[in-house]
Amino acid sequence: MNYSVPDMKKLATEIRKDIIRMTCEAGSGHPGGSLSSVEIMVSLYFNVMKHDPKNQAWDDRDRFVLSKGHVCPVLYASLARRGYFPPEELMTLRKFGSRLQGHPHRLKLSCLETSSGSLGQGLSIASGMAIGLRMDKKSPRVYCLMGDGELQEGQVWEAAMTGAHYKLDNLCGIVDVNGLQIDGRTSDVKNLEPLADKWKAFGWHTIEVDGHNVEALISAFREAERTKGKPTVILAKTVKGKGVSFMENKAEWHGKPPSKEEAAKALKELGETC
Amino acid sequence: MTEKKSGLNETLHLAPNIYDKVEKIPTRNGFGHGLVELGHANKNVVALCADLSDSTRALWFAEKFPDRFIEVGISEQDMMGIAAGLAAVGKIPFLSTYGVFSTGRAWDQMRTTVAYGDFNVKIASAHGGISVGADGATHQSLEEIALSRVLPNMKVIVPADYWESKKATIASASIHGPIVIRFGREKVPVITTEKTPFVFGKAETFRFGNDVTVFACGPMVYEALIAAKELEKKGIDVRVVNMHTVKPLDEKAIIDAAKETGAIVTAEEHQVNAGFGSAIAEVVVEHYPVPMKRVGVIDRFGESGEPDQLMVEFNLKSTDIIKAIEDVLSRKKK
Ligand SMILES: Cc1ncc(C[n+]2csc(CCOP(=O)(O)OP(=O)(O)O)c2C)c(N)n1
Ligand SMILES: [Mg+2]
Repeated sequence: MNYSVPDMKKLATEIRKDIIRMTCEAGSGHPGGSLSSVEIMVSLYFNVMKHDPKNQAWDDRDRFVLSKGHVCPVLYASLARRGYFPPEELMTLRKFGSRLQGHPHRLKLSCLETSSGSLGQGLSIASGMAIGLRMDKKSPRVYCLMGDGELQEGQVWEAAMTGAHYKLDNLCGIVDVNGLQIDGRTSDVKNLEPLADKWKAFGWHTIEVDGHNVEALISAFREAERTKGKPTVILAKTVKGKGVSFMENKAEWHGKPPSKEEAAKALKELGETC
Repeated sequence: MTEKKSGLNETLHLAPNIYDKVEKIPTRNGFGHGLVELGHANKNVVALCADLSDSTRALWFAEKFPDRFIEVGISEQDMMGIAAGLAAVGKIPFLSTYGVFSTGRAWDQMRTTVAYGDFNVKIASAHGGISVGADGATHQSLEEIALSRVLPNMKVIVPADYWESKKATIASASIHGPIVIRFGREKVPVITTEKTPFVFGKAETFRFGNDVTVFACGPMVYEALIAAKELEKKGIDVRVVNMHTVKPLDEKAIIDAAKETGAIVTAEEHQVNAGFGSAIAEVVVEHYPVPMKRVGVIDRFGESGEPDQLMVEFNLKSTDIIKAIEDVLSRKKK
């Protein structure tokens, strides 16, 4: 089932609200990079990816690997809104005994493909999935979401070489280019530019796109599907904290939850009616 | 013949009110303050961090000595190598990140570049233990002791509180070679004072006792003291030894305890397998076997939760030390 663009835009707002409520209730967690990834996740889970919440172990499902595990609030909210588990469970984020661990754990929540939280490892796992699926002549595609700061890990570039060397055209990387990490701007901490040139030089089909524009994202994913003989990376230009004015473009909202008052303010901005 | 002493060791200037109104400060703050002091005292001291400078408190050094601070971004393996290079040209580098990433992610670099080469690199490992809390297993480092003590040339310190963290940081600058120092995230009881002696490699008996010995490191020293106090009511006389230096171990303190008290419990906020308790057991088994029990994380990964709640769920409280003591006493030769 593919959702329409207006539906997806509404869902994006709902998911933003979930992120605010979840991190506020948990008293910790990572709102900034969750909010910047909302449209990417919505495009994948509500349109681009082949998957079935009613048949989670379906062999031919597309695979999603969250390499930047700290933004699991956006993943959990997307999964819940897509029918994998009841949205009420989102409020158990980070609590003792919850399936929604502070960083994703596949043994707790079976609809997760991997566990993550240590940056830089996802693209290698995704490559392994892509290679294995191709060996079995299977059609699923593999998607991997990374942060821009995360690209400072050397392993990402090892995986980049793997993807190109093995011509993994069933692999699609997405980088949430929000320009921020914990200690500040990526350009100040350790510069990544020229980023598109780097990926191109590594042999990847490289698409730059507005990461908050669902239509543009979907068309980039379709272009990736059509691209043969090499993997694709989508560099999604985003705003960290997107949708909540006081969080936008502020490094301090990387790993800080909103207080009750801040959450109320944020929810109001997002158009909560109650 | 040693004199049979009891109660807290008055000569160590421990904090007053350990048992009631104890102050709490995170050990990582001791690292932050110690590093700033070192910065003033020795211009060769430099600091590195991998996008966690506020969390590890390396930021405090960075603010005072921006020219001697190297932000490497999210590149821990690179950081380990850069630190070795800095040491090679005469600097005393203190690198800092979470323990999972320093002793884990960059383990091969720590092994073959730093330890094998015996470079003078100080590895500040933050966020040790289950008490990291809600971030969950991926960030709760429970393996640093095992991963570092296995390496030749490596030294390992697990300070018990704020003051000890500060002193260990400062002391490590004048001890040659690679050293891992483990810190925690949460506020923990301050049981020592500025005056309490800290001698690298020397265990300190915080509480005298003759029936059983608890060797503890990190914030578990406090839990051990609480357990000892509780058992005093039952007439059980517990020795509590703060083993801040996990490598090299003060073997004499261990052998003496085995001979004098005949039973040993260890306590660590870390995997017991290959960890601190195992290190003590190696000495006990080879020199003077007595009944032993290790309190710590038993072969499982951490989980999300409130720090205090996790300490209970993972059996890391004074009550768990008491149970372990009762167990070894029941097995002790009369
Ligand atoms: C290997 C590793 N090093 C450090 C961290 C701590 N950490 C968590 S998030 C983060 C910053 C990530 O920045 P970025 O990839 O840009 O993510 P985003 O901006 O999308 O949140 C860091 C350093 C980690 N989780 N893993
Ligand atoms: Mg970023």
